[in-house]
Amino acid sequence: MKRFAALFAALDTTTRTSEKTAALAAYFREAPDQDRLWTIALLSGRRPKRAVNATRLAEWAAEVAGLPGWLFEESYAVTGDLAETIALILPPPALPEAATLTDWITRIRGLAALPEPERREAVLEAWTALEGTERFLFNKLITGGFRMGVAQGLMTRALAQATGIAEPDIALRLMGDWTPDTTTFAALVLTNDPGANLARPYPFCLAHALEQEPEALGPPEDWAADWKWDGIRGQAVLRGGRFTLWSRGEELVTDRFPELTELADRLPNGTVIDGEILAFSAEGDGAPLPFAALQKRIGRKTVSKKLLADTPVILMAYDLLEDEGRDIRAEPLAARQAALRRLAKNVPASAPFRLSPPLPFANWPALAALRADAAAAGAEGVMIKRLASPYHVGRKRGDWWKWKLDPMTFDAVMVYAQAGHGRRANLYTDFTFALWQGEELVPVTKAYSGLTDAEFGEITAWVRKNTLERFGPVRRVTPALVFEIAFEGIQESPRHKSGIALRFPRMLRWRRDKPAAEADTLETARDLLNARR
Amino acid sequence: MAREPVLTFTDRGIHCPAGDFYIDPWRPVDRAIVTHAHSDHARSGMGHYLATPRSLAAMRHRLGPITAQALEFGVPLRIGGATVSLHPAGHVPGSAQVRVEVAGEVWVVSGDYKIAPDGLSEPFEPVRCDAFISECTFGLPVFRWRPEAEIRAEVNRWWAGNAADGRASVLGAYSLGKAQRLLAGLDPGIGPILTHGAVEEMTAILRLQGLMLPETIRVVPGVDAKSHPGALVLAPPAALGTPWARRFGPASEGFASGWMRLRGIRRRRSVDRGFVISDHADWDGLNTAIRETGASRVFVTHGYTTVFRRWLADQGYDAGIVATDWQGDEAEAAAEVTE
Ligand SMILES: [Zn+2]
Ligand SMILES: [Zn+2]
Repeated sequence: MKRFAALFAALDTTTRTSEKTAALAAYFREAPDQDRLWTIALLSGRRPKRAVNATRLAEWAAEVAGLPGWLFEESYAVTGDLAETIALILPPPALPEAATLTDWITRIRGLAALPEPERREAVLEAWTALEGTERFLFNKLITGGFRMGVAQGLMTRALAQATGIAEPDIALRLMGDWTPDTTTFAALVLTNDPGANLARPYPFCLAHALEQEPEALGPPEDWAADWKWDGIRGQAVLRGGRFTLWSRGEELVTDRFPELTELADRLPNGTVIDGEILAFSAEGDGAPLPFAALQKRIGRKTVSKKLLADTPVILMAYDLLEDEGRDIRAEPLAARQAALRRLAKNVPASAPFRLSPPLPFANWPALAALRADAAAAGAEGVMIKRLASPYHVGRKRGDWWKWKLDPMTFDAVMVYAQAGHGRRANLYTDFTFALWQGEELVPVTKAYSGLTDAEFGEITAWVRKNTLERFGPVRRVTPALVFEIAFEGIQESPRHKSGIALRFPRMLRWRRDKPAAEADTLETARDLLNARR
Repeated sequence: MAREPVLTFTDRGIHCPAGDFYIDPWRPVDRAIVTHAHSDHARSGMGHYLATPRSLAAMRHRLGPITAQALEFGVPLRIGGATVSLHPAGHVPGSAQVRVEVAGEVWVVSGDYKIAPDGLSEPFEPVRCDAFISECTFGLPVFRWRPEAEIRAEVNRWWAGNAADGRASVLGAYSLGKAQRLLAGLDPGIGPILTHGAVEEMTAILRLQGLMLPETIRVVPGVDAKSHPGALVLAPPAALGTPWARRFGPASEGFASGWMRLRGIRRRRSVDRGFVISDHADWDGLNTAIRETGASRVFVTHGYTTVFRRWLADQGYDAGIVATDWQGDEAEAAAEVTE
């Protein structure tokens, strides 16, 4: 555990990718096999199940530290992290221990089966054996909340450096539904057996946001465009008669979208399709439902008949990665899409399957005009992909671009401020914003991101001096500061006094030039409601 | 007849009616007693200042010419109907608590303080009193510091590791107090110690005040990573990540603050290395200090006041909150509001 904790601390303290990779590669060279396997599992989101209820854990920790529950809660509110709070308030370990990561994970997995008093004993014992970072990691692991800020690509590179195996090979071998119980480090990473895992998806190719004008991409005839759908990115894998569906987070979601299993009967074996899982209305020619509809399906492991009928989903296909059992990712996009169209011919119109329609355009202004209509098509913008490009592993710059619609905005007045937590524990970062309705300011939204730390620092000093009233952690402030608020969507909401609710609100910039009296009115916001529907 | 309190809280600062003076006022007054030279406590524009000799030396550097009187630790001074004395607060060299006695009743203003010795500042002295006005910058049980010897070893290990890798070490620390405390713990055998102008000037002033500190080299044009390989550079936090720091090439950046105890804030500062080093009392330190005053009334200021007051009330103290304009050196550094 010491070695793993040192790795975690090294990754946590540096922001330099090169140093993170070096630290991970060194770990993968030196750590025992079983620890290496578990580390790969943890870094790719294969966490042990939660073994202890968070509320219990907080109670036990407060008891050991001799603190009242309310004080524990206040501390938690500042760190924003239960595992960290516990690690910090407990006295230093009395009996430090030198067990490995795998030993600890084995103990942790045994916890759930113990009756509560014994489970409590085991946790308290662990706290007296582990120090600092180890204790924090232990707490993360038993609460099922372990997360490490390491991108899959970075881990792949580190493993490639440590083993001398090519990066794309490593990336492919790590995909799929393996667990440390079903494989070994040697079988997973060192040996190449494609038949070992029929459900294995391919690493997703990810797009960059287009930040300059599309003219910078060169001749339009080198590019293909289609809608940027507002659903869940997914890969449908059909091999050996088995159908699996993977989300971009490499999560197996086959059971959440049972209607898509029909595709197993509609497509040949040895097919892997990349596309978007979309809530879709079959009426007329069919049209995507708003993302809010799909949200009802996300996070439900079992799906009721009614939900299936109300919110059916389809796979909106846009790329073919495996054709007749052959990995065709190196072939150009144009060839892959031609092959996809060929496959689609045999899928009946009744099946939960569509081809994402190509958006032909003669020049860039024509594509800009199409993009302006994205909302009407139920899309977020357009995707621009180079016709000659292979299907890359991960986020490679240059061949795939997403060109989203500009967000909607208004200028609103800050009326309440609340301190942040975690990274921003000592700054005021969570604000409530209001718009004018006659002489009155009506709160419309909260937002807490979009400014620099220096700006938050400045606003924090301002909030301290301009507090009118305090309600616990919330301060009502003089209505004076104006911010441009950007958001992706706006909906009627009878639950809010303002009658509207925003999707993904954030602060675009601080309008130091605008006095509060010149902020926008609620009416302006309601106009947006009617404009985009 | 109800007696007037020894100290009252006004919008200019803490006032003593019996002696007609203020302690660490934030608006101009005739007579100010200043606990220490940090900018949120020692402000310009006062008619007359009273402080320890070390504090005054630093204040003259920061504020320019001032009318002032020096008072040594432990020496009682009669001001009007009050008797005033200064006692070590252990926060930075020269920092004081202010003891005020009026008609047998004793109140103490802590200023900023820490009770663990840092090897440089005059160690904190508990002062018995009836009422204690305590800072509580780190008044939450998540804040707990390690012994000075461990901290020093950790900083030296980091420096030696960087030096071995051929990298400079740039360490951000407040120029008054934290910088000299770190300096006192550095092992000059590892390499040369360079200083930013602000740190060098304050260090020179404190050397004149009798502090023994390792040799330092001021960073001027021509002094960089090439001329001084394996160097450790002491600079104010605001200088990290600026063009000034770039002359040291791909250096490892460290930052010393109590806030580095919190993972979120470590990540926000995104320095290569966060050292948990504070010149304020930690949770245990605050509780110990308050207990040792024997005071039954406690006023808290500067930090997690609401939480800490409730905790003290739970412990049976008559506890209140005082609103002050003291921003706090640590809070400022963490919020990246520059000096
Ligand atoms: Zn201070
Ligand atoms: Zn202060």
